[in-house]
Amino acid sequence: MDFWVDDDRRDLQTGIRAFVQGRFPLDEVAAREETDAVIDPDRWREIAEMGVFSLRQDGFDVRSTVLAFEELGAGLVPGPVVATHLAAGLVDGAADGTAIVSFVEPDATDVMIEHAAQATDLLRLDGDHPRRLDPASLDLEPVRRPIDALTPIWRAAAPLPAGERLGGAAAELRRVGVVLVAAMQVGVAAAAVELATRYAREREQFGRPIGSFQAVKHLLAEMFTKSDVARSAVYAAACALDDASDDDPARAASVAKVMAGEAALFCGKTGIQVHGGMGFTWEVHAQRYWKRAVVLDATLGTAGHHAEVVASTLTTGS
Amino acid sequence: MDLRYTPAEREFRDELRTWLGSVLPGIGPEPARDDWAARREFDTGWQHILFDAGYAGINWPSEFGGRGATPTEHLIFLEETERAKAPYVGMNFVGLLHAGPTLIVEASPEQKAAHLPGILTGGHVWCQGFSEPGAGSDLAGLACRAIRDGDDYVVSGQKIWTSFAHVADYCEILVRTDTDAPKHRGITWAIMDMASPGIDIRPLRTMEGSTEFCEMYLDEVRIPVANRVGAENDGWRVAMTTLSFERGTAFVGEMLQTMELCRDIAALASRITRRSATAWDDIGLRRDLGRIAAELDALWALTRRNISEATRTGLVGAGGSVFKLAYTDLRHRLGEVALHLLDRAALSLDDVGELPTGDHVQGRIHGLSMTIAAGTTQIQKNIIAERILGLPKDVR
Repeated sequence: MDFWVDDDRRDLQTGIRAFVQGRFPLDEVAAREETDAVIDPDRWREIAEMGVFSLRQDGFDVRSTVLAFEELGAGLVPGPVVATHLAAGLVDGAADGTAIVSFVEPDATDVMIEHAAQATDLLRLDGDHPRRLDPASLDLEPVRRPIDALTPIWRAAAPLPAGERLGGAAAELRRVGVVLVAAMQVGVAAAAVELATRYAREREQFGRPIGSFQAVKHLLAEMFTKSDVARSAVYAAACALDDASDDDPARAASVAKVMAGEAALFCGKTGIQVHGGMGFTWEVHAQRYWKRAVVLDATLGTAGHHAEVVASTLTTGS
Repeated sequence: MDLRYTPAEREFRDELRTWLGSVLPGIGPEPARDDWAARREFDTGWQHILFDAGYAGINWPSEFGGRGATPTEHLIFLEETERAKAPYVGMNFVGLLHAGPTLIVEASPEQKAAHLPGILTGGHVWCQGFSEPGAGSDLAGLACRAIRDGDDYVVSGQKIWTSFAHVADYCEILVRTDTDAPKHRGITWAIMDMASPGIDIRPLRTMEGSTEFCEMYLDEVRIPVANRVGAENDGWRVAMTTLSFERGTAFVGEMLQTMELCRDIAALASRITRRSATAWDDIGLRRDLGRIAAELDALWALTRRNISEATRTGLVGAGGSVFKLAYTDLRHRLGEVALHLLDRAALSLDDVGELPTGDHVQGRIHGLSMTIAAGTTQIQKNIIAERILGLPKDVR
């Protein structure tokens, strides 16, 4: 039994981190907010060139893939990276970054689709098999004020067209997607902790860094704890999906989504509080982590939904 | 990064499971909570059985009589003994998990020879004389005074939270040997024979109603200088060695028990009818409990991660504080879910009607102590913020 992240995987993560920091500086990313092209197509292809979309196609396991997506989450990289990754090998152009694939999930109300204007394809994972939809086949209407300015949302009226059936089982693909979204949530949470910690060390009030006050440092300790517990859950889920563990993969994936979803939301909101008034400004990035956390929580099932899935395992065998 | 167990680890587990299956049917029922003489016999008896089978001091180095097992084997041991419902470490806790490991690192060869075998065989029970009425979270502010008189220290003062003091043979005690030095530099770690004259022990009744904790009044108790472990006034450092042992794997058995508690609560909810549906049909309850079960799985993952880190680095690190902070908070929330579910059945510590409710009420009460004992939640947060995040210290 070995939970240690080995050097090869760590190197992959370090490489992706350097790429994200170098090519997606947060100030530049934020400058594209509220424009028609939040996703820069050149940058999108660079993500593909880094191998992110084709990682599993290229033989990397889920354990390696989660480390890459943790970094994409931490960098608030805009765009439907998980859906495009899952579509690689199924939808033309997904692997090489010429396609932008977004999820479409049926809902009781209107269907809310991320990045629909820039998306070339939509991926449905609610049936037995994955399905591809053409965005042009939908009657789309933009949401005027999306909660996350880096995640434009379009509404489509139900019912959705059935679309084109793709190979493989939707449930398995969806499970990988759940764990990758959870990995991004861990990245968001950890980045929020890092930003708030740096601020608490530098910002002085009453003649001392605010991070020296227990009222503030305890918030940061709670943030760190939630992000670290969530990270453990995500890595364990990745092991389960790779069959490198005795844990039940379905339950482990839901556990990861519950823990990472709550960690991202908690660290996002608490990071804003640590920043005080500046945390509520558009300028400071603290708000962006919380907003992305809301988007990711609503992707492939909220923490509440997955908590119910976990609860259902309590009354069955094992 | 592979959470599957190696063939050697599986073999260790299988052997242990077989052994537990053969030995546990011969173990009598656990004695009543406050029957201290019987509990001592039960706990130390089990320790002796472990010793005979080569499982005593599972993670102690073999040169000191332990099994020298790896951290993962230690985890398997805790997991299997819990699943098989083997007796708990009980009164052997301080000796096996605190005093023994400290002696292994800090004591002289004579002291090791005199005390380690007694701990391993269950021959000796130890208690811990650290906390004082005036020194809780600020442990280094302890005042229990030791004055050198020839070959003895003469010790006077008061200790509190000394579990099992009335049945213990020895006490790992912190005393103040220098009142002028800064508070961390005037403390000495010593072994006190509990049969020494001048020790007055008074049981401390907790809100659970149990009396496992004691207050200990010391009036000119003589402790031989030969019983000092480490240098005079270096006891704070020695004590910190002890405390780091506590946060590594201390909660493994309990955490597995808590997972079962979640299933029990779900099963209980299916049997309780509220209005026209069962309590388990309540989406709020399912989400609350599912959320807690998810966190338990995550904490099990964190435990395995901490164990792997200990295997690689040889250190427990601050990961133990992260675990304790999250787990003890979870116990509060789980206790509240249980009480909410039980409604008026929560008014009784004994089972109500056909339903197994009493343990859940008892568990709720016990949970209230967990965020306080072994370093409060607030102290854990200080540790995480300062040692992991590198935030500046507050005035304290």
